[in-house]
Amino acid sequence: MHDHADHSHMSDIEARVRALETVLTEKGYIDPAAVDAIIQTYETEIGPRNGAHVVAKAWSDPTFRDWLAEDATAAIHSLGYASRQGEHMQAVFNAPGQHHLVVCTLCSCYPWSVLGLPPVWYKSPPFRSRAVIDPRGVLADFGLTLPQGTAITVHDSTAEMRYLVIPERPAGTDGWSEDQLATLVNRDSMIGTALADKPV
Amino acid sequence: MTTPDQPFEEPWQAQAFALTVHMHEQGHFTWSEWAEALSAQIHSGVERAYYGHWLTALETLIAEKGLSSAQDLNATAEAWKNAAARTPHGAPIQLSSGEPKA
Repeated sequence: MHDHADHSHMSDIEARVRALETVLTEKGYIDPAAVDAIIQTYETEIGPRNGAHVVAKAWSDPTFRDWLAEDATAAIHSLGYASRQGEHMQAVFNAPGQHHLVVCTLCSCYPWSVLGLPPVWYKSPPFRSRAVIDPRGVLADFGLTLPQGTAITVHDSTAEMRYLVIPERPAGTDGWSEDQLATLVNRDSMIGTALADKPV
Repeated sequence: MTTPDQPFEEPWQAQAFALTVHMHEQGHFTWSEWAEALSAQIHSGVERAYYGHWLTALETLIAEKGLSSAQDLNATAEAWKNAAARTPHGAPIQLSSGEPKA
């Protein structure tokens, strides 16, 4: 083993990824340019702003809200956010006395088309295992303490079904435009580990 | 627990992620098959970081589908490491298929 300091070093894991790309390209299974385009899209275009748009529209447009409740996949698609994996979306609505929390106990299924890629904690074993057993404790870890009487429903995502939490619209936002409302919708509020921001 | 985070910590993670999405879009496996493969790694009892599970799941699924063999992948990974070791720092790393050119 000779490692020259002035030469490049590639870790085992980097080499494995490169090997996959090389072999699959040589066999004609993939187009490396398309792989780069996917990275680009997920790093720049797809993120929680998409979901915030959906939530703000649900808050301000009752017809859209009804559609979202009935067929979230189609309603979300109508805004231009199509899922790449063909999974179905379901919107779950927070209300006084009712809170929703999303988890994937199996692996890390997540509504990518509206939230981008999942945060590190969403993929962590403690969150995945505790969210179902002790949702109130998990929410407390996030600094969210709900009234005792509030019911918490935990939704376990699958490859076929992803959930988007529609948080409650904050008070003091009467007459706000969709764009203004969207600024109050943080990522965690759409997973259920936070509430929407209060207007300042 | 609530610190903001980047989707990827290192470029290879983004690469592994995008390869999977692309392979699926090309119809090489269904998303359910992928979720099962990933879940099997996560619940295998082996301690790895999340994208380590991801990469192993992808390699396993590709071998199971007969798209490539573990031997092929290992040999190519070795070739990449050798290519890196002989490449001066800062130059693009390339696989050579024959003799090194002058």
